[in-house]
Amino acid sequence: MVAQYPILIVAIPLIGSVFCPLIGLWRKSFCYYWTVLLLSASVVGSIHTLLQVIAGGAVHYHLSGWPRPFGIEYVVDHLNAMMVTLVSVVSLIAAVYSRRSVEKELPDRMVYFYTLFILQTTGYLGIVMTGDLFNLFVFLEISSLAGYALIAAGEDGAPLATFRYIIMGTIGGSFYLLGVGYIYIATGSLNMADVRELLPQIYESRVILTAVAFLLAGLAIKMALFPVHIWLPDAYTKAPSVAGVLVAPLMTKISLYLLIRILFDVFQPRLSMEMLPISSIMVWAGVIAIVGGAVMALAQTDFKRMLCYIVVAEVGYIVGGVGLGNETAMKGAILHILNDAVMTAGLFTVAGIVAYKTGRHGLSDFQGLFKKMPFTMSAFVIGALSIIGVPPTCGFFSKWYLIHGAVISNHWVFLSALIMSSLVSVILFFRVIEIGYEFSGSHHHGAAGGAAKLDEAPLSMLIPTLAVSVGLLLIGIYNQTILSRVIAFAVPTF
Amino acid sequence: MFEFIVDYYNYWAYIGLMMIGFYAMMAKKNLMKKVIGMNVFQSAIIFFYISISAKDGATVPILEYAHNGHGHPSVDVMQYANPLPHVLMLTAIVVMVATLGLALAVIILVYRRYDTLEEDEIIMQLRRG
Repeated sequence: MVAQYPILIVAIPLIGSVFCPLIGLWRKSFCYYWTVLLLSASVVGSIHTLLQVIAGGAVHYHLSGWPRPFGIEYVVDHLNAMMVTLVSVVSLIAAVYSRRSVEKELPDRMVYFYTLFILQTTGYLGIVMTGDLFNLFVFLEISSLAGYALIAAGEDGAPLATFRYIIMGTIGGSFYLLGVGYIYIATGSLNMADVRELLPQIYESRVILTAVAFLLAGLAIKMALFPVHIWLPDAYTKAPSVAGVLVAPLMTKISLYLLIRILFDVFQPRLSMEMLPISSIMVWAGVIAIVGGAVMALAQTDFKRMLCYIVVAEVGYIVGGVGLGNETAMKGAILHILNDAVMTAGLFTVAGIVAYKTGRHGLSDFQGLFKKMPFTMSAFVIGALSIIGVPPTCGFFSKWYLIHGAVISNHWVFLSALIMSSLVSVILFFRVIEIGYEFSGSHHHGAAGGAAKLDEAPLSMLIPTLAVSVGLLLIGIYNQTILSRVIAFAVPTF
Repeated sequence: MFEFIVDYYNYWAYIGLMMIGFYAMMAKKNLMKKVIGMNVFQSAIIFFYISISAKDGATVPILEYAHNGHGHPSVDVMQYANPLPHVLMLTAIVVMVATLGLALAVIILVYRRYDTLEEDEIIMQLRRG
């Protein structure tokens, strides 16, 4: 049983999702408990696997017992183990959080919502577990398809945003598939570890160059790197609140994980960092994404939309950090994947509560909320401080490593972009806090009557939100433990 | 040069198809045409995979009875066509069909909301309010 954990983490939600509509036929409200139950099983499995990896190194699981190049292999090393725990915990929190919000926003489509929710999580878990390039494509498409459907169920304008996401997402997925095809032509293998051993003899070949180009272009679209981020803000803003909590923190972070996996584990650092100019391209792409995301975030009047552009900027942090190509920056980048997923989840849960209570998610809807929802807003402040990078929240530490890495590589432009973006975040969030505290009480007498009915969020939404904020503080306080036990082993040697 | 084009005709065909699909997805204003472009684009990749394992005079990878019993009984790489890309494409076709179905469903939602499938008309409606 214990030896089967790697497959069970993925298989339990995958098989369980099929039963969700059947349970829905019997009792609609049981779908919620079913989702929480399945995802709890995944959390148990992933935490167990994480501890196993910390104690004894990478876990290999061969599906049906087929040995490495023939069968599909699930490999869990330190990087995966962290990602799989992150994915399962964030999805469980989103699932626990979902009940009231889904009841309000999608009362007649609850059953299908939860089915898709489980499938979406299955896709994410599969992507991070698998060690097979084509299996990864299948999971990538499972998660994308479930994501399209979840987002299309959102508020007015969601279908059009989803359509654009489908077009962009399909291009990204197809480019990835083409890249895998070229690798397959060159090596005859789809297993990542096998490909890693076979490739170095033909690094000069143009086939490999094409494969690198297609894989990176496909992933850039999936991770919403700045010039191709256009699908993200519309889609995530208009998605149902709960879908936002699940998709917004995880999809981009998983694509970033894939980037690290492909650059350093499918290809070797020798190819990606020395033979090709990928590293400097990535740092500059990161700088553009940080500046672009921060400037666009300033222009938004909608809270969720502003968060989306912050996500775009954060993707720039990590891409740039990976591109810097030294161990300190890599540490920062991997830690930032973890931190940013938790921070984004925290802020989207707050956005969901505000949308639940006021029915909207504009910046002006935060008016007077500090008095009426003290707990929700304290969660918001912790999330905001973490994005800005104030110790002891976790955002400070990953930014510290990224800045330190930029200094080691003498990349002053990236460093200034990082600091500029932190300052912009200060403006962004203090603007929200200013509205929330009603410091300048002159410009909104009219709405006071309607807003007076607002009170604190229901407990089923509040507890997950507070749990995420506590998580932000804990990750910050224990960042050295996480770094030395997990991330230090995940950093490739340059 | 001519031989280069002729010898690799399957690659040229897939590149051509892919660019047609890509153009339709990016440049066409009608959402339905975009979906058709998306389908052409994905089909091009499937052609690419299928063609890389095609081989003249080869047969299925079974030990005996291949080539009506005249073939080499042992596993000889030159005697059979690699089945793996074809099997992978079965999965990719399923993904493609699912994407197509989802895109069409979303198009229906868009049409019910805006009463048109022309992107510029939808954007005009959005601007108006």
